[in-house]
Amino acid sequence: MTWTAANWPHVLELTGAHLVQSVLPVLLGALVAIPLARLAVRSRVLRPVLVTGSSLLYTIPSLTLFVVLPLLLGTQITSVANVVVALTLYVVAILLRSSVDAFEAVDRGVLQASTAMGYRPLRRFLTVELSLAVPVLVAGLRVASVSNISMVSVGAVIGVQSLGTLFTDGLRRSIVEEIVVGIALTVVLALLLDLLLQGLGHVLTPWQRAGSRSVTTRLLALGRGAAA
Amino acid sequence: MTDIAIRFEGAGKTYPDGTTAVEALDLEIPRGSLTVFVGPSGCGKTTSLRMINRMVEPTSGTVTVEGRDVTSVPAHELRRSMGYVMQQSGLLPHRTVVDNIATVPRLNGVPRRQARERARELLATVGLDASLAGRYPAQLSGGQQQRVGVARALAADPPVLLMDEPFSAVDPVVRQDLQRELLDLQQRLHRTIVFVTHDIDEAVLLGNRVAVFAEGGRLAQYATPEELLRAPADDFVADFVGRDRGFRSLTFVPAHDLPLHPVAVVRPDGAEGVVGPGSVPAGGWVLQVDDDGAPRGWLRPGAGGAPLVGGTLHRPGGSLRSALDAALSSPSGLAVAVDDAGRAVGVLRATEIVAAVERERQAQPSGTAAP
Amino acid sequence: MSLLASALAWLADPDSWSGSGGIPTRLLEHLAYSGLTLLLALAVAVPLGLWVGHTGRGSGVVVALAGALRALPTLGLLTLFTLLLGLGLMPPVVALVLLAVPPILSGAYAGIANVSPALKDAGTALGMTGGQVLARVELPTALPVILGGIRSAALQVVATVTVVAYINLGGLGRYLIDGLAVRDYSRMLGSVVLVALLALAVDAVLALVQRLATSPGLRLAP
Repeated sequence: MTWTAANWPHVLELTGAHLVQSVLPVLLGALVAIPLARLAVRSRVLRPVLVTGSSLLYTIPSLTLFVVLPLLLGTQITSVANVVVALTLYVVAILLRSSVDAFEAVDRGVLQASTAMGYRPLRRFLTVELSLAVPVLVAGLRVASVSNISMVSVGAVIGVQSLGTLFTDGLRRSIVEEIVVGIALTVVLALLLDLLLQGLGHVLTPWQRAGSRSVTTRLLALGRGAAA
Repeated sequence: MTDIAIRFEGAGKTYPDGTTAVEALDLEIPRGSLTVFVGPSGCGKTTSLRMINRMVEPTSGTVTVEGRDVTSVPAHELRRSMGYVMQQSGLLPHRTVVDNIATVPRLNGVPRRQARERARELLATVGLDASLAGRYPAQLSGGQQQRVGVARALAADPPVLLMDEPFSAVDPVVRQDLQRELLDLQQRLHRTIVFVTHDIDEAVLLGNRVAVFAEGGRLAQYATPEELLRAPADDFVADFVGRDRGFRSLTFVPAHDLPLHPVAVVRPDGAEGVVGPGSVPAGGWVLQVDDDGAPRGWLRPGAGGAPLVGGTLHRPGGSLRSALDAALSSPSGLAVAVDDAGRAVGVLRATEIVAAVERERQAQPSGTAAP
Repeated sequence: MSLLASALAWLADPDSWSGSGGIPTRLLEHLAYSGLTLLLALAVAVPLGLWVGHTGRGSGVVVALAGALRALPTLGLLTLFTLLLGLGLMPPVVALVLLAVPPILSGAYAGIANVSPALKDAGTALGMTGGQVLARVELPTALPVILGGIRSAALQVVATVTVVAYINLGGLGRYLIDGLAVRDYSRMLGSVVLVALLALAVDAVLALVQRLATSPGLRLAP
């Protein structure tokens, strides 16, 4: 643990940078993907375009995006903004599909009943539809956030600071401990964010606390992950 | 060899959590009969059925098929020797109709060509067009899927057919067709069929014998449909069989000794006449018939207004129930009797039908007293 | 956009297509690493996923394992294995296998576990043994989902193999790493286009396989 002891302020700093690059794309991606998905569900044209488009986006390697984006955005290749935008695109790609599924899984009868009771469209979306879509939405978010955290470290190859820096630096200087610490912290971050999202889903869906649906939701999450 | 095909001896099923699905069941199912297990949901009728092919293993007692304990052969071999039809057809979605039907012969090692050939024959047996052979289950209607399910169960020519609510997921009109076809099929094939349903009407219609199960897996009564309707063993059975059972039990009483009366008829060309024995006084109801003599409707006495739509018809060999229904549904109160070709041959009077019901009641010591 | 033009110029240059560091060689290396990785991942994940899906035993472990493996950073594993095992083919391949296992495992497990119980019941009632139910009922009906998982894994592997150039191996990532070192952006962008095209091509081939392997009856089903 000598290396860790000597370098913990640096490690902490990199953890912070990693966290920013992990959380921001998930938030931004969710803000883009969820409304888009809702629009896509209703549209015969938009749905195939968005679903196919997002799966095409997913075929582009992250390293590739990190390199191409600065050319398009005019940012520095090593800037954080660059990584955030690239990863946001990935989150959108993963989330769009699972969010479309989430909205499609909402019982139409309930929506019709809400309209019949006098809900106007926006209010119905916010208070009924969104709530009912939460379990599947959260399942998609969890998959997106976990793979995102792992992808952030790739930025280190082109010089963007994150926990990935411990990998490139550790390899160059042959310090196994540095790499192991990096992996461990990445996994811890992933677990913490996952727990946070799980908790969020739990709080937002009090009607599901009987717990009988949790297995289904997990299965769905797995299926989505596999099909993404 | 006895004439008992399937025998339950103290067969029971209790799950590890202590719930009893079936109490110790004693039941004998005659060879070549269609036996129906009926009861409310959770009464153990399906569990009992599934004990026959060991989809459920009894926790007590034994089940024997053709004198052989079902546990004495490997489960998969036992199952291949019995046809099985389930509620949600259970067809393999990735296989065509013909390959679905050929499933069990293929499992038994029959060459593909031969198995398919046999499968094509079976399509006709269950009343499906040969052109459906290459379709996939998703391209079939619910009724067609169930027919394929029946064909699949028959493919290996099993002496025993197990049917678990096979018709309950199809619409009522199709269900009636399927029920009638099953009866036709059984007339030709004489299999030992065990049929599970929650619908007492279906049970009474199809069964040679009906086993009524009560909640908790108790066998409440095992009897012919006629006996079940006429003399329910207890309040549970009486309640389950329902409020119309007195009327429905007349299904099993032949109406051959009812006197036939003459009736005035008028043909489309205006020609008037009489059918039936004897003559009729003028001024009564007049039956409108078509050129072939089939009943079309009734004209009110006094010949005023349009003809009234007629009631149901009483056919040769019909029961007291059909006679009574024909009288009650006819605007004239007279039941129109027709011959096999559908021509009117006379009328039956409601009062005489009711009198026949009364005679029938007195002939039966147990009676049909309402609960 | 001049940079794009120069990237295309690099792609069009015959010099880029010849020699030991030419595009055909790098492309084959890239495909070879990806193929080897996928084969190893399939050998591990498919049987495990099928077994767990069929028996229902250890499903909790599989869900947790797939989640945990997803959280492991591939770059971290790549560098760690290289440090521990030395340079060579196996360290990066092992790291990439760990990346490919979760989607394949989840696909195989979820595919089999989600086959309708009524269908499995029908298979058993017709007299199929456990193995026959797996081979004749579960596997064919779950095939689209299983192949979907494999497709998703293949996509990730082809994209991520780019990174192995970082530890002195070949593949299309070579241009990216070498280009970065000398700030040759046209070569980097050119290689990026190549990787994206390769990923699309691999995905298209697997999509075709998925379609051909799926019974028309399943495509018709709602």
